[in-house]
Amino acid sequence: MLAQESVLRLDAQAIDYIIIALYFVFVLGIGYLAKRAVSNSLDFFLSGRSLPAWVTGLAFISANLGAIEIMGMSANGAQYGMPTVHYFWIGAIPAMLFLGVVMMPFYYGSKVRSVPEFMLRRFGKPAHLVNAISFALAQVLIAGVNLFLLATIVNVLLGWPIWISTVVAALIVLSYITLGGLSAAIYNEVLQFFVIVAALLPLTLVGLHKVGGWQGLVDKVSAGPGGAEQLSAWPGNELSGFTNSTLSVIGLVFGLGFVLSFGYWTTNFVEVQRAMASKNMSAARRTPIIGSFPKMFVPFIVIIPGMIAAVAVPELQAVKAGTGSEVTYNDALLLLMRDLLPNGMLGLAITGLLASFMAGMAANLSSFNTVMTYDLIERYVIKDRSDDFYLRTGRWVTVIGTLVAIGTAAIAAGYSNLMDYLQQLFSFFNAPLFATFILGMFWKRMTATAGWVGLVSGTATAVVVFVLSETGVIDLPGQGASFVGAGAAFVVDILLSVVISLMTRPKTDEELKGLVYSLTPKADRTEAAQEGDHGWYRKPTLLAGISLAMVVVLNIVFG
Amino acid sequence: MADKQKAGAFDIRVVIAALIGVYGLVLTILGIIADPAEVAKADGLNINLWGGIGMLVFAALFVLWSRLRPIVVPADPDKTPAD
Repeated sequence: MLAQESVLRLDAQAIDYIIIALYFVFVLGIGYLAKRAVSNSLDFFLSGRSLPAWVTGLAFISANLGAIEIMGMSANGAQYGMPTVHYFWIGAIPAMLFLGVVMMPFYYGSKVRSVPEFMLRRFGKPAHLVNAISFALAQVLIAGVNLFLLATIVNVLLGWPIWISTVVAALIVLSYITLGGLSAAIYNEVLQFFVIVAALLPLTLVGLHKVGGWQGLVDKVSAGPGGAEQLSAWPGNELSGFTNSTLSVIGLVFGLGFVLSFGYWTTNFVEVQRAMASKNMSAARRTPIIGSFPKMFVPFIVIIPGMIAAVAVPELQAVKAGTGSEVTYNDALLLLMRDLLPNGMLGLAITGLLASFMAGMAANLSSFNTVMTYDLIERYVIKDRSDDFYLRTGRWVTVIGTLVAIGTAAIAAGYSNLMDYLQQLFSFFNAPLFATFILGMFWKRMTATAGWVGLVSGTATAVVVFVLSETGVIDLPGQGASFVGAGAAFVVDILLSVVISLMTRPKTDEELKGLVYSLTPKADRTEAAQEGDHGWYRKPTLLAGISLAMVVVLNIVFG
Repeated sequence: MADKQKAGAFDIRVVIAALIGVYGLVLTILGIIADPAEVAKADGLNINLWGGIGMLVFAALFVLWSRLRPIVVPADPDKTPAD
């Protein structure tokens, strides 16, 4: 990173620092204001289940719109072009809609306080422990990645020493989460969402202006090393790593679209926690569905700037042509900011990046402390204490989690493409989790033993595929290896779960009420419309249908 | 559910509008006093000015929204009004 300093150092001036500082005043202010609403542990960990759907919906996507996502997706945009939109349109949206329409009734209706707790009630302790521990571990790892990236970016852009920005950023996130709990995290995520848009939208517009509008971008990309195929989303061979187009489409739809993304969006407590914080069943179901609308337009301010950078920034053109290695694809956004933005807007763009780092890290930490406190400490270590005790524990767990995140930051340093690293983590944990959940929710015969055996064997399968591809036994460039890993983990989990279920004794129907589709009365799965839930535009399934139709149109237009 | 009270000062929409509004004001002023060399950097587009105006409009709309549809919380003695 040191070698890049001279290339990427931004010309930030007093006004830019004022804009950055103003943002942090607001962030801490929200933490302070949210503190007044915290009087018990449910307030701290689930915002007292009181938030309106548009707030949780924006927080839902903002929690995922961390800088790893922004930098990684613009890097993919610069490298692969339009096929990167699959992460949004094939990946995220269908899974988010599925979560809202099909799965949320079980999460919210059963009144569990976390995703692992659902695991506990459906499959018992072994599966719960596996899930809670692997989740907590993944969250501190990812929080560490976020922190490390933030520090290196600040180092490169502004020249601050890495340790200073690590500690300062960690302290800021720590203080608003320990003060205001999930409410502070969620409110800040909503603020962050708007700051990120305010930073990236002008950058995209200036970039488009620079390359001569949309037509100019099309011409330049077609003439570039990637060629015209980088302008259409399908079949995306370069992205998936398959040379055969049919296999590539299958890999994208099944590997990325179905297993990886459904696994991530429907079982990841970081996301589901935001929906659980909403005020009633209807709002909980609408959370991911409302989130899907802004989500489908995020590629335009993330991937498009990456593509613009690849044709407009000389250093990046050299990388793409294979003649230079002064910068990497991950620098795409930074280079574009450096070249195009005047002071003022530049400060806002840096603020947007910092905001997204903190959004990601805060989301990881606020779900980490919930699982650690409710699922591990309260359940297994220190039982039956007062609620006040667990509230205090939650605050201390956040402190410890932050310290561990600072420590794990180093793990992230060894990988060149951030997205690869993250996809690996997801495929280890999320693909088998989704398999177990979906089978458990719809097949009442599935037993407790099958629950944890399926999870462990699925995760092991993902690790094996990862090792095989790292050592070169399986050779798939691009993201292909993680698609295959996730697919294999899913299949192994399902097969073993079915076989073991048939050999072991299932739970009784009475125990599974509210947890399994066929044993839950329809009234428990749907919502009695309450104040503020009326109107056709508040019907979850109708909203989901509109969202799906819009994504289909986007796929056709940019296909 | 019959008794309603308006939520206190903490409406996240107002907070968002305040931050984006201040940003809009600062950027608009920067855009007005911008020297031509800076404008040339953004390829002749005075992005500070246009971005700033855009943000001011956005902030105004958010304030309007929070005025037209204020947060109401049910006055429930068991629950602290959260926001």
